[in-house]
Amino acid sequence: MASDGHTRPFDVRSIRADFPILRRTVKGKPLVYLDNAATTQKPQAVIDALTAYYTGCNANVHRGIHTLADEATAAFEATREAARRFIGAASTDEVVFTRGTTESINLVAASWGREHLRQGDEIILSTLEHHSNIVPWQMVAEERGARIRVVPVDENGTFLYDEFLKLLSGRTRIVSIVHVSNALGVVQPVEDIIRAAHAVGARVLVDGAQSSVHLDIDVQRLDCDFFACSAHKIYGPTGVGILYAKRSLLATMAPYQGGGEMIREVRFSGTTYNDPPYRFEAGTPNIADVVAFRAAIEYVEAIGKPTIRAHEDTLLAEVSERIRRIPGVRILGDIPGRIGVLSFTVEGVHPQDIGILLDNQGVAVRTGHHCTQPLMHRFGIAGTTRASLAMYNTPEDMDIFATSLEKVVRMLS
Amino acid sequence: MTMETRPSIREIEDEIVEEFGLFDDWESKYEYIIDMGRKLAPLDAAYRTDAHRIHGCQSTVWMASDYRDGRVHFRADADAMIVKGLVSLLIRVLSDQTPDDIVNAELGFVDRIGMTSHLAQTRSNGLRAMVKQMKLDAAAWKLKQHNP
Repeated sequence: MASDGHTRPFDVRSIRADFPILRRTVKGKPLVYLDNAATTQKPQAVIDALTAYYTGCNANVHRGIHTLADEATAAFEATREAARRFIGAASTDEVVFTRGTTESINLVAASWGREHLRQGDEIILSTLEHHSNIVPWQMVAEERGARIRVVPVDENGTFLYDEFLKLLSGRTRIVSIVHVSNALGVVQPVEDIIRAAHAVGARVLVDGAQSSVHLDIDVQRLDCDFFACSAHKIYGPTGVGILYAKRSLLATMAPYQGGGEMIREVRFSGTTYNDPPYRFEAGTPNIADVVAFRAAIEYVEAIGKPTIRAHEDTLLAEVSERIRRIPGVRILGDIPGRIGVLSFTVEGVHPQDIGILLDNQGVAVRTGHHCTQPLMHRFGIAGTTRASLAMYNTPEDMDIFATSLEKVVRMLS
Repeated sequence: MTMETRPSIREIEDEIVEEFGLFDDWESKYEYIIDMGRKLAPLDAAYRTDAHRIHGCQSTVWMASDYRDGRVHFRADADAMIVKGLVSLLIRVLSDQTPDDIVNAELGFVDRIGMTSHLAQTRSNGLRAMVKQMKLDAAAWKLKQHNP
């Protein structure tokens, strides 16, 4: 839903016109940008917001007495409100700004994890997790003597829910799960996972790095305890992320870093801490990028994620159909409901060769393990080639990509 | 001994640059590199171990060397074809040369055939790592030669 209640009719041509970078060429060919799961391009509105902030309003936020500080604080906090609405949180007190999904997860692992994990406690993850949702837990698990249990996936990358239920127990303290897999695009049944985890008294963190750009998020309806996402994957600036946490949890969590803004009173005899969310935002935040993030949220809201998703789903279904016919191609996670990602291998061909030769045709994809080595290990492969979509991709993009890939496979076989 | 007929590193580089000058599009250039990769003499499976592995970004390269008649000989393999083709070019330039010539070589051909710009930073770092390994091997052989 748009903030003003008006939705913009979907016209991919006019959307493309909003993204200046899409006009550039690569190696003399029009850019076909299909690395959106890594980061999305930015609409002019976001670029303008960033420039406008530095041009007309730059000041440090909070505690200022002058006009610029007031304006900067108002703009900064306006993004917190937009972010609250974007994920359906009850209050802006539950929205912490971080550097991105990775920092959001690290914050929970370091703060909540250190407080609540004891010897023999269990953390449940899945084979699909990004390294960012594995390593912070390994670090705190090692420190606290907790144990990590892993929900397996089948050969299609489907999260094995029954296996998850078997792993759940009174020892489970937290389940940290990726909503939409960055490597495959498969969606996990987070509603069911959250309900089952809560039934044994465990907390749930949802890694929304990939889902937040494609799916309407309502953390209250989901009833997740933590939700993490990154602005730069939602057409916003890099270096900004959100950590949502239920108010009751944030209120009892210890600070993650110490410094300015996060304190109430500092004495050498002892320091008291500010209330959430400020308790978790030590130091001068990334003000300009936070301010510009609001423009990205409003841009997406004006079109509507269901509309965007319908467009992306159509493109993905068509291109998948065509790629599937190329000899030796195997699409991973090729199950219904896959979102925004086409991850594949070509028999006897290294993904790096595919990436280099596609780049020479102006097509940007990502190759490798996508920071999901355990998942690659599960499939017995070193990596895949991943094309990932955004709202500005067109049927022509899909055609150029497929034609270019056909040529690459001919060159390498 | 074929010492005097063996072209120098610089001469082989010039030769490669001349060959690449014949290609007028990216496709034929890469097809040639891929072909070089396919034709690279196989590396004995015994050398495909971590000890012989050069850590690049995405692909794996294994390299081994030996020393005969005052010259270092390299063999290599890679799991990706374009990298393998580039390794094959490196071997063509640096193999069968003296340790001193290898250690002192300032390779310019990768730039001159336009591959630096075609390969992203992370991947050309891989190439740099290979050259570094080849120079280290050469230096090691030289050391062995003087302190047998």
